[in-house]
Amino acid sequence: MNYSAIPSAALAIALSISTSNAEVESLDPIKITTHDWSGQIITTTIMGEVLKRAGYNIEYVQADYIAQFAGLKTGDLHVAMEIWETTGREAMDEAIETGNVVSLGESGMIAIEEWWYPSYMEKVCPGLPNWEALKECSEEFSVAETAPLGRYLGAPVTWGGFDEERIEALELGFEVIHAGTDAALFAELESAYQRKAPIILWLYEPHWAPAKYEGKFIEFPPYSADCYQAPATGINPEAAYDCGKPTGPIWKVAWAGLGEKWPGAAKAISSFNVSNAEMSAMITKVDLESQSVDAVVGEWLKTNEDRWNDWIK
Amino acid sequence: MSIHFPNGLRKPVYFWLFLFTCTWLLSNYSFTLYKALGARWIIKFPSAWEWQLDVWISSFMTWLVEDAGFGLFTFRQLTRFLSALIEAPYNAMRALLADGFNSGLGQHAVEIFPAMSWVAITLLLVLLALCVGGRSLALLVGGCFLYLATFGQWQSAMVTLASIAIAVPIGVIGGLVLGILAYRSERFERLQRPVLDLMQTVPIFAYLVPILFLFGFGPVSALVATIIYAMPPMVRVVLVALQSVPEPLHEAGRMAGCTPRQMMWRVLLPSALPTLMVGVNQVIMLSLNMVIIASIIGAGGLGYDVLAALRRLDIGGGIEAGMAIVVIAIALDRLSQAFTKSDSSPNQSFGFVRSKPLLYFVIALMVTITMALLGKVWPVVQNYPEPMVLTTGRFWDEVIKWININFFEVFETVKTALLTYFLLPVKRFFVGIPWAWGIIALGLAGWRVSGAKLGLLCAALAGAIAANGLWREAMIAVYLCGVSVLLATAVGIPLGVWAGQSESANKILSTLVDTLQTLPSFVYLIPVVMLFRVGEFTAMVAIVIYAMAPALRYAAHGIREINPQVIEAGKVSGCTHWQLLWRIKLPLAVPSLLLGLNQTIMLALSMLVITALVGTRDLGQEVYIALTKANTGQGIVAGLAVAFIAIIADRILSALAKSSQARLGLVT
Repeated sequence: MNYSAIPSAALAIALSISTSNAEVESLDPIKITTHDWSGQIITTTIMGEVLKRAGYNIEYVQADYIAQFAGLKTGDLHVAMEIWETTGREAMDEAIETGNVVSLGESGMIAIEEWWYPSYMEKVCPGLPNWEALKECSEEFSVAETAPLGRYLGAPVTWGGFDEERIEALELGFEVIHAGTDAALFAELESAYQRKAPIILWLYEPHWAPAKYEGKFIEFPPYSADCYQAPATGINPEAAYDCGKPTGPIWKVAWAGLGEKWPGAAKAISSFNVSNAEMSAMITKVDLESQSVDAVVGEWLKTNEDRWNDWIK
Repeated sequence: MSIHFPNGLRKPVYFWLFLFTCTWLLSNYSFTLYKALGARWIIKFPSAWEWQLDVWISSFMTWLVEDAGFGLFTFRQLTRFLSALIEAPYNAMRALLADGFNSGLGQHAVEIFPAMSWVAITLLLVLLALCVGGRSLALLVGGCFLYLATFGQWQSAMVTLASIAIAVPIGVIGGLVLGILAYRSERFERLQRPVLDLMQTVPIFAYLVPILFLFGFGPVSALVATIIYAMPPMVRVVLVALQSVPEPLHEAGRMAGCTPRQMMWRVLLPSALPTLMVGVNQVIMLSLNMVIIASIIGAGGLGYDVLAALRRLDIGGGIEAGMAIVVIAIALDRLSQAFTKSDSSPNQSFGFVRSKPLLYFVIALMVTITMALLGKVWPVVQNYPEPMVLTTGRFWDEVIKWININFFEVFETVKTALLTYFLLPVKRFFVGIPWAWGIIALGLAGWRVSGAKLGLLCAALAGAIAANGLWREAMIAVYLCGVSVLLATAVGIPLGVWAGQSESANKILSTLVDTLQTLPSFVYLIPVVMLFRVGEFTAMVAIVIYAMAPALRYAAHGIREINPQVIEAGKVSGCTHWQLLWRIKLPLAVPSLLLGLNQTIMLALSMLVITALVGTRDLGQEVYIALTKANTGQGIVAGLAVAFIAIIADRILSALAKSSQARLGLVT
């Protein structure tokens, strides 16, 4: 937090004793958004800390994942580090179309999301993770509200995913129950896992859950754009969505004015790149081993000094 | 006083029976009817007639944000200016309490003065408590703030406290101004009343998006939303307080030759002060209720900690941060109540706070500076030492796990039975009601309890819901709230009656109820999901937990307020304990019970948006979807629909309460 009334004398002192010598284009703070999941905060903090070392001023602003686009368009916010192909594509495209938001490329992480089950279900439903096994044992997943259909716990309605269509197209005996938020999704998984009770649900990566719980993603027929659009493609010639979900990159986006005001920062953000494995390891440390984000990010910065020095060159 | 069922009761019974039978028949056979007549309009509002209200609102909003102007400046510049006006004191307050005053930006920043240390803040609040409320209050307040320090919640708590410290004065002053205007001009009051109703009943999620557009991202938007939500009770309290100033005081003021302004500031407001403080208290409590929602749009602080903890399924962390909100609420509530209660300080030696507030500020300044200097020598004084932070760790997770493993089957059985024999039939009933009949039935009900005016209002509001294509979602909302309210009153009223008759029960229950109301519902929403799975049943459990409080409170209040002479008379005429309860106490408490019911319904409706997070498919979900898609129009229309349901329920129940009061001869 910066107290806005800055006496110029104090500013002069501040500048003279500052530890960073790098010349940057503007000392105005670059506002980077944070959301409410650890992975995104880790990504953002890595970027923020790297930029700080390059001499930029960084302000982390907490904002809603979708609502932030309104701020990015007007320049209230400057950078968003994680826009998932799977959940944010629509909003991102819409924003980029206005010309006020630009994409800074992929983050190196790939978003994976699919139906997921805990390993102990393989005993009652042999043949998993092949999706065809689900045809035989959908009843194993049923509860009072859905019987005789199996219960598939889907993501919040707004996340899309076409699971109702997929069930129809692949003729699976399941009913989709939508969780309202992903916290509810994982609460149910935790509960079922404790009791070793049947469950099949939507999960995504990078996330701590696949690290904490033993299980696998269902292997559906591989995704293709045609499968989603043309009914003729795929196993069921009469229906679209007869395949798995697409995977896709996690994107970085920024306010269109970023490159002009802070060209060096824009270049650094474009170069930012971490892998799923790295991210999953960091998320696990934060969410499951209760380490602080700052500590985990600090460790990463120490071990990867060459990499991030390259970004800000 | 005699208690008797009036003869007229027979007729209303027939009326309600008739209305219910018609509704039940139509609900049951609407689908058959539609098939037989081929008239789809029976079950679904014709889309050709649907209003495009959401589209209009969205485009109005776009115009407001992008084009609207007043010549010299645009509308957005105006709101951004307001935003800057709020941001400056907020930043200062936050620097004072949490971050310290810095000069320069980012890593060039140099600390000019540190944030107030935890020792200083705790000491000063304890001193304040000692002055206004005596030793026991001082102990309570001290305990509350020590909890914040020892459980590692201090930093977040101070961020939250900073936003409360800005939102409350703005809410209070705004409420005061609007209340005085309403008192002076009846026309203004009439115009303002429906606006206040909407401010209290439209779910906050519904207007978060436009606020973000207008006030920008960050804490200011959260503050604005908090103020909108927390101000209405203050306006109402101010109006009531001014209106109930006794006539002789007016007289005295006039005789002393007061101008209208002197009359207001020297006579009316001072004499209404105790009541006004009730309003202040309400503003504080409602602002704290908003902490979680405010954190969704960037207020940070404790609300954010609760959300973040629950996202990683750290139930203990969620409870600890949630309890921090509760203890702040308790400390501020008791402090503000102590200000209200005593005019003369209970503690003479510390009575200077009232008579010489300036002296307190001087002491505060000195303590702050001393502690800041000491903090430079001993860092422990500035920041509570990390290794001494207590935590319940995984204790709560283990508790839930144990319950989950051992009792899940029991819960499942109860849940299935309730779902099959209670929830689902009620749901079928409500969802089946054809929209056209729903409008007529509500109109009839309103007309019956109060008159043609209320009947027309009810029908019009119901019609507006249908015309926006939200009838089905609204009926699911009514069903969910209906069953929850039924269960909440079934549990709350007996407990309240018990609390009304036994002082010790009252103490325990009111603490419990206070905690349940200030503890953010997110904290228990996640464990409830673990035990009951995602779905309407979980939503119902969460609503019942939250909405039970007023049922209990008003029942206890109603029983306690009964004229003791009436009870004495009952005893003299030989009533047994149960007869006393059933024949005298409960009938006399009916108006109070109805008020409690009214409040329970309001709270249940306000939970709808929260329960959307566990996967309900009602109006709350509509609002939530609109929020995540940043669709202003959709959110506001769904929010208005919730408000309309609330207004219909409120008006009908208020009319019922009034007529039952009149019947019991309780009207003064």
